[in-house]
Amino acid sequence: MRLELQNVKIDDIVFGDETTVEGSQLILDKESIITELKEVAGVKDIDIDIALPGEKKRIIPVKDVIEPRVKVSGGQGGFPGVLDDIEQTGSGEVKVLDGVAIVTIGDIVGFQEGIIDMWGEGAKWTPFSQTCNIVVNITPEDDLQPHEHEAAVRRLGLTASNLIGEAARDAAHQETEVYEMGYPDEETQKYPDLPKVVYVEMLISQGLLHDGYIYGTNSGQILPTYLHANEELDQAVISGNCVAACDKITTYQHQNNAVVKELYKLHGKEINFAGIVLAPELTTMDGKLINTDYTAKLCKQLGADGAIISEEGYGNPDSDLVMICEALETDGIKTVLITDECSGWEGTSQPLTDAKEEAVAVISTGNVSHVVELDAADEVLGDPHAVANIAGGWEGAYNEATGQIKCELNAVIGSTSEIGTHNATVKLY
Amino acid sequence: MVKEIERYGIPIVHMATITTISESVGANRIVPTVAIPYPVGDPDLDGKEEEMRKELTERAVDSLHKEVTDSPLYN
Amino acid sequence: MSKKKVLYYVNQFFGQIGGEDQAGIPPEFHEKGIGAAAAFAGGVKENADLVGTVICGDNYFNENNEEALAFLEDLNSKHDIDLVVAGPAFNAGRYGVACAGVAEFFNEKGIPVLSGMYIENPGLDVARKNAYVIETSDSAAGMREALPQLIKLGNKVLIGEELSPEEDGYLSQGRRLTEITDKIGAERAVDMLMKRLKDEEFETELPMPEFDQVEAAAQIQDLSKATIALVTTGGLVPQGNPDHLQSASAQKWVKYDVSETDALGQDYYTVHGGYDPVYANENPDRIAPLDMLKKMEKEGKIGKVYDFFYSTTGTGTAVDSSEQFGREIGAELAEVGVDGVILTST
Repeated sequence: MRLELQNVKIDDIVFGDETTVEGSQLILDKESIITELKEVAGVKDIDIDIALPGEKKRIIPVKDVIEPRVKVSGGQGGFPGVLDDIEQTGSGEVKVLDGVAIVTIGDIVGFQEGIIDMWGEGAKWTPFSQTCNIVVNITPEDDLQPHEHEAAVRRLGLTASNLIGEAARDAAHQETEVYEMGYPDEETQKYPDLPKVVYVEMLISQGLLHDGYIYGTNSGQILPTYLHANEELDQAVISGNCVAACDKITTYQHQNNAVVKELYKLHGKEINFAGIVLAPELTTMDGKLINTDYTAKLCKQLGADGAIISEEGYGNPDSDLVMICEALETDGIKTVLITDECSGWEGTSQPLTDAKEEAVAVISTGNVSHVVELDAADEVLGDPHAVANIAGGWEGAYNEATGQIKCELNAVIGSTSEIGTHNATVKLY
Repeated sequence: MVKEIERYGIPIVHMATITTISESVGANRIVPTVAIPYPVGDPDLDGKEEEMRKELTERAVDSLHKEVTDSPLYN
Repeated sequence: MSKKKVLYYVNQFFGQIGGEDQAGIPPEFHEKGIGAAAAFAGGVKENADLVGTVICGDNYFNENNEEALAFLEDLNSKHDIDLVVAGPAFNAGRYGVACAGVAEFFNEKGIPVLSGMYIENPGLDVARKNAYVIETSDSAAGMREALPQLIKLGNKVLIGEELSPEEDGYLSQGRRLTEITDKIGAERAVDMLMKRLKDEEFETELPMPEFDQVEAAAQIQDLSKATIALVTTGGLVPQGNPDHLQSASAQKWVKYDVSETDALGQDYYTVHGGYDPVYANENPDRIAPLDMLKKMEKEGKIGKVYDFFYSTTGTGTAVDSSEQFGREIGAELAEVGVDGVILTST
């Protein structure tokens, strides 16, 4: 399977008469885009703003972040099973508006939405301060049920990605990333002596606003499943706007899964990267036990020698994380876990909800309760009052008089990414 | 919380779905429940739900009346 | 800029007054360095002056804690101290506990404290949270090794350099602080896995926490006479969330009078941000079965449901906070004589 990501490098976005790329500038025909996006079911009104790195702009409450792309050969592209016809992803040539992100905001659906600051202290804590953001502000139709509201917002972000991604179709690309790998038996013949590594990516799968989708299938309705690494890099997996902002895996982070990309770098050289096991984190004990067994079985069937296990969320999924670790280690598979911690404002509290002695190698991507103070923005895209109702915020977290926000990393999108997209860690003092 | 309340000498039962966590943390009395979003309920049971809810709650109450053994689980 | 000021604290033995027979002496202050204090003062003289040495009997400090602390308070207000050294206490238990008390007192005022202890000193647990404590041998023979370390650490603190346990050789204070690092998490994870696959040494970024155990409370003898309290971490609150309970990372618990009602019912809803709220909001008693407990009260199976229902949000809430909530709620329930508790979690 060969996937070519052709990066059209963008470092500026402006509004204009036509949606197109000129040099490294993306031009957006705002009115046409709004007209098209209003067609999405459940959407009453749309507004679009631009937020560039370094601008004193705050975006809140952010639901999802998506990278705009278009497939130019090797398939229809888009988001199969969600907006587009079913087809297996992972092959072909894809043009990427590299450096651009669609950011969906609007009336709060749940507590799992967050903040992106484009400058200063806040910018340090989120990878999405470094992207040129197209901020899509969604007003839903009146009287939508929460599930319908969530679906409308989710579909709208993906629709915007498809729509704006078209601008890359005829644009020149400056960089090409090639991801090419056969199926495990072929790769094992090629690299018989390299250790096999599987990536176990856990997905929160716990109902409204807590679901991931694989080819449009709700991850809560599957047993752990197996993906070729290219499929995830090619839009097979999307976010259902899940869990706290700090460690939800946004669609952008799935499209650019950092663990997949890092393992790919070593494939054929130091390791044989045998693919991805997607493991849902469920709400029942039996569900967790079945998924643990099933994940371990898939890893064994793939002949894994090592595995990276990444969590999504915290609290009860800590239990899935350490149970899967225990099961793999018991089978002789060496693991490294990626998780964040809930060690309180002072960092003195117990970091995890559950523990197993087998979890000897753990990457910590930060304390979700770490408190940050964010200066007043020149412009707020969205509603700063929303911080009162999102995880990591509270009544009074937004100081109306000064425009400042004091909140936990919990509320900052991607800050403690457990698929290791960002640079935060925890050090013991 | 479970342990801190028990330190006052008051028997406490933890009704929890993810019993592995409850056991790791060290609860002495645990009644396994249905699912995280509805520990003492089950929307799929329709008419039978109330019966199940009563039975589960009674099991919790009864555990407070029983001596603690090696296993904290009251199934 | 005027020079910084250091205060040194020692016990009766290291203050050269006497042994166990002098352990009861009240604190006294000498405007000079005595014993280790003199050596320390010499070592940091470029960055600070020694205000003096406090000598206090170990028994006195532990038995007359208020008076001893009042003495320190008085000294602090007169001298505007920048750094305190207490010990090293080696394996002297009461001395270690006294040093920990001194450290706690000054740390609360934001004044840094240095100490040294043997790893099994009973004062260490409190001291390390409140001071930079170096590990020493178990006897005073270790003074020759300990002093240069304390001096080095002291100079760094005085000039305001950032410290870390591994680089500066003090025992970690148990604070897990979030920082930005060069490599993203995914890269660090793959690095660590490669080390494991090559059987090289690696260091976890998060050692597994250990959980303590509490002895089970005795069972209720007669349920029909017992008062049972209902507590939940499911974030249930009355409509409108009058006390602004947080949706995650709770900073408080709340309680509501349920003595006049047969069920939580539609008067309640959940603000918990960690689970799908649809089922809870259809019927809040699915999260905390007040209705069933009230039924049992009517049937006479239990004596009574306690008048107040307690609630907080479990998701993202630090264990420290939930322990504090547990202590506070437990204290209330113990005081009113509740016989048993049902705690439901989501």
